[in-house]
Amino acid sequence: MNLKGFFKQHKNNLEGEQKSENSTPVKIPEELYISCPKCKKAIVKRSLRNTLYVCENCGHHFRISARQRLFFTVDPDTFEEHDENMSASNILDFPDYDEKLEAAYKKSSEMEAVVCGTCKIGGYPCAIFVMESNFIMGSLGTVVGEKITRLFEYAIEKSLPVLGITVSGGARMQEGMLSLMQMAKVSGAVKRHSDAGNLYITLITDPTCGGVTASFAMLGDIIIAEPDALISFAGPRVIEQTIRQKLPEGFQRAEFLLETGFIDDIIARKDQRDYLTKILKIHTRTGRNS
Amino acid sequence: MSRYDIVKKSRASDRLTSLDYITNIFTDFCEMHGDKRYRDDRAVIAGIAMLGEIPVTVIGLEKGHGTNDKISRNFGAAHPEGYRKALRQMKLAEKFGRPIICFVDTSGAYCGIEAEQRGQGQAIAENLYEMMTLKVPIISVIIGEGGSGGALGLAVSDEVWMLENSYYSVISPEGCASILWKDVSRAEEAAECLKLTADDLLEQGVIEKKIEEDGSDLRLYIRLKKEFLKTISEKMELDTEQLLNARYEKFRKIK
Repeated sequence: MNLKGFFKQHKNNLEGEQKSENSTPVKIPEELYISCPKCKKAIVKRSLRNTLYVCENCGHHFRISARQRLFFTVDPDTFEEHDENMSASNILDFPDYDEKLEAAYKKSSEMEAVVCGTCKIGGYPCAIFVMESNFIMGSLGTVVGEKITRLFEYAIEKSLPVLGITVSGGARMQEGMLSLMQMAKVSGAVKRHSDAGNLYITLITDPTCGGVTASFAMLGDIIIAEPDALISFAGPRVIEQTIRQKLPEGFQRAEFLLETGFIDDIIARKDQRDYLTKILKIHTRTGRNS
Repeated sequence: MSRYDIVKKSRASDRLTSLDYITNIFTDFCEMHGDKRYRDDRAVIAGIAMLGEIPVTVIGLEKGHGTNDKISRNFGAAHPEGYRKALRQMKLAEKFGRPIICFVDTSGAYCGIEAEQRGQGQAIAENLYEMMTLKVPIISVIIGEGGSGGALGLAVSDEVWMLENSYYSVISPEGCASILWKDVSRAEEAAECLKLTADDLLEQGVIEKKIEEDGSDLRLYIRLKKEFLKTISEKMELDTEQLLNARYEKFRKIK
């Protein structure tokens, strides 16, 4: 591990990020500009689309919605959505969950925290699921688990590779144990898909935590991540509370996982399409198992 | 009794631990240490034994008895190497056709710097993935605390049972209360919301059996041994495909 900065004082990454997102530099009209959470540089909002929501100054990758990801990742007009109308219900009658769901619909314009379907990338057919951070922080509820499982089962039937783009705070507390069981359910579907000789790629984005890290995010044949993405089982704040000390800088970031050997590579957003195309091309079935 | 009373009972410091069940239900137990990659995690006990006339692999999350023992076992909070040790023994069980029995008792997989460095998430994920298709019967029993992913890492099984005074939850009641109301002291209410007892989870279809704890420890051991023998002989009758399809369906149906 990289010990540089291990003994330095440092801020809690999550708190730091939240604070900086709220603080706008003086005299800049908020509606036109956005301050980069990392380098604080003012960026013209409209220009972000051209840079795939990456800060040109420091390379910070902004969080983007599932639909934006699809737009940047898949070939135009090739995405066909599956199970788009499945939505959660408050099975355990958990306090405030109904309100939370309403707020999530409003914030994300999605029915659930994952968008699933089929598409082509660089001309290669592929099943894809993309998690949505604006929907209760991409948490893994029963519908999320069901949609992803159905996608894997469909991909087994059609012998399709699966690309999973993860962003998640972990299991969805409001659905209790039914949520935790989705970790096992999806992992089982991933295993079947794998045993049938199919490719599964995970692209882990900021942040991917808890039950999603401890299941399908870490089960890709090929696991890549976006630069600086937080990837953890226990979140930084939970660890700091448990061990009562500050965490070293860069801890649980993609670069740290690359160094400790838990991901295959870090791919910047602008290179992802080409990279995925290459991977899919190399895995077209012409080998002995085809 | 409220749900939180059950949570408190499950955590009682004099409660039976995995090792108690292992030494009293099985014979010829040989403990196997270490994940053969990094080190031996004492929060996980793994080994081989006889259940009556049947050779089995036994795995348990172990909290320990007495302060020193508890500390050396990290209070039952396993590191990645604990899950990897368990998986290695489970793979050997598959090789030799031995059924697997897991005892689960943990507040959760350990949250710490080293655990993250060595891939806590990856280790648990791999167990879920591999356990789903292990070609031997697997039974898991939640004997005390069933703390989230750390418990699930040893509970992707054909049947999951819970003792009467145990809980199995996506998050601890305290953690839930602190997220919901920023107030740990409301854990009792949180436990009600989480529906985490054996009765709750039987109703939700998450577990197959609740084991009563009335009477002496000895009676509990005998009851469990009988249940193990009965269920394992049933599962041994199935061919591999039936066994694995049923295991997949057990989780598949939860939506």
